[in-house]
Amino acid sequence: MRSPLNSFIEELPSSGIRKFFDIVSEMNDPEVISLGVGEPDFDTPWHVREEGIYSLTKGKTFYSPNAGLKALRDEISRLLDRKYGLSYDPDHEVMVTVGGSEAIDVALRAMLDPGDEVIIPEPAYVSYKPCAILAGGVPRVIDLRNEDDFRLRARDLEAAITDRSKVLLINYPNNPTGAIMEEEDLRPIAELVIKHDLFVVSDEIYSELNYTDKKHVSIASLPGMRERTVVINGFSKAYAMTGWRLGYAAAPRRIMAQMLKIHQYAIMCAPTTAQYAGIEALKNGDPDIEEMRNEYDHRRRYLLKRFRDMGIGCFEAKGAFYVFPDISRFGLSSDEFATELLHSKKLAVVPGTAFGASGEGHLRISYAYSLKDLKRALDRIEEFVAGLSAR
Amino acid sequence: MREKILDILEKNAKFGASEIAAMLGEDEDRVAAEIERLEDEHVICGYRTVINWNRTDEEKADAFIEVKVSPQRGVGFDQIAERIWQYPEVSSIQLISGSFDFAVFIQGRSMREVAMFVSEKLSTIDGVLSTSTQFVLKNYKDHGILIEGPKKDERLELS
Repeated sequence: MRSPLNSFIEELPSSGIRKFFDIVSEMNDPEVISLGVGEPDFDTPWHVREEGIYSLTKGKTFYSPNAGLKALRDEISRLLDRKYGLSYDPDHEVMVTVGGSEAIDVALRAMLDPGDEVIIPEPAYVSYKPCAILAGGVPRVIDLRNEDDFRLRARDLEAAITDRSKVLLINYPNNPTGAIMEEEDLRPIAELVIKHDLFVVSDEIYSELNYTDKKHVSIASLPGMRERTVVINGFSKAYAMTGWRLGYAAAPRRIMAQMLKIHQYAIMCAPTTAQYAGIEALKNGDPDIEEMRNEYDHRRRYLLKRFRDMGIGCFEAKGAFYVFPDISRFGLSSDEFATELLHSKKLAVVPGTAFGASGEGHLRISYAYSLKDLKRALDRIEEFVAGLSAR
Repeated sequence: MREKILDILEKNAKFGASEIAAMLGEDEDRVAAEIERLEDEHVICGYRTVINWNRTDEEKADAFIEVKVSPQRGVGFDQIAERIWQYPEVSSIQLISGSFDFAVFIQGRSMREVAMFVSEKLSTIDGVLSTSTQFVLKNYKDHGILIEGPKKDERLELS
């Protein structure tokens, strides 16, 4: 029998997180605790869930328009303006998607011709590279550095640009590092993008989880960038709505019209129940965000202090809900460190290399856990590194 | 910093100065001093633990009693309130707007004990016009805490 498979897909490696997850679940040990989860530990706020339930009670169980409910697009457009000073026409420039993940896939498919290069700063969320490949593009990785606080620097971008470069895919606040990019960091990047006639796909899914006094800045808000940027955001992280699968993209009409075609044929529309809940989240969810952010910030500070006290270097992550400590001085690779930590102290964390080669020497620690759990987990790390130092 | 400390302690009084200092990015000694000031000023009035007695061998009966009184000239409700709060059986008492005056919470070892207290002690106080006793059948949520505990973490272990 000939192969039923697309050889291209067969060669695509599976996610590094997945690999580690398999080890953890094979252990099947109730003593194992995890700091590996990339989703909020909070429940979706009750008033939001209630709107979803109410929409079901009323029998609102039909397809929505392809781009999403008009009322939701209106709210998204208002929110982008209110929070980030971005202006998008809800009728032609906003599309509701099945999570931010679909928006990334659709944006890349709409923009890339075969062989076009997608510049991806790493460490990065695990799906960017495969999405670029699936869209016929060629990923070109930039290795970010701890000493730059994992921000993208113009010199590194410039060095990565070739005559096939088309899209720069950035994600700030960042998973897995917790890094952010402030306006002064984005400005030189935007200048290069314009100079080299590139486009940006900006995954801003963690935009509400920024722990500085300044607000999140979208690269699309910089001069000349709106027409070159697809902004991707969603409900999963800000409103603790991961399982609802609700995200969105905002882009200039010329790009959005093509993205909408792909979405129309492949997906039809995002889940209607989730969309009704999403309207409520955007209308009345600001206090929920504030409360969760506050709580995350307490945990973030607590972790940074614990790592400092243990003598483990950890740059000050200012966004998302991850810290990315540097464990290179213990002479183990991040994979070995995470594996030994799992087996000897029954604590699961994700090795930095799951997010690209430049994650080597680091671990991704999620603080989407209660302080009580974090304390217990950090005690285990402390014991573990004390054992390593005594070797 | 005051409000932030109070915010944390109101949710969980078990956090010590060093943890709170870490959470707020503040100096530990300053946080400890501030907590002490808050206690001295009686902004922090005390610390208690929310206990699910059903999970122990101890028997407890909780009741909420609506008390109507006739307020007295010059001292209003305060003097009767003081008569009531002196009893150790009374775990809380509040002056309430609406169809009755005091909401009194009582914890005893049995329903009978609570009922005896109400009929013999509470209702015989001068100025108390009537009482109405409501026994707690099941406690679901107390001071923002779910009594049967948080639900299980159903998230995938890594994602």
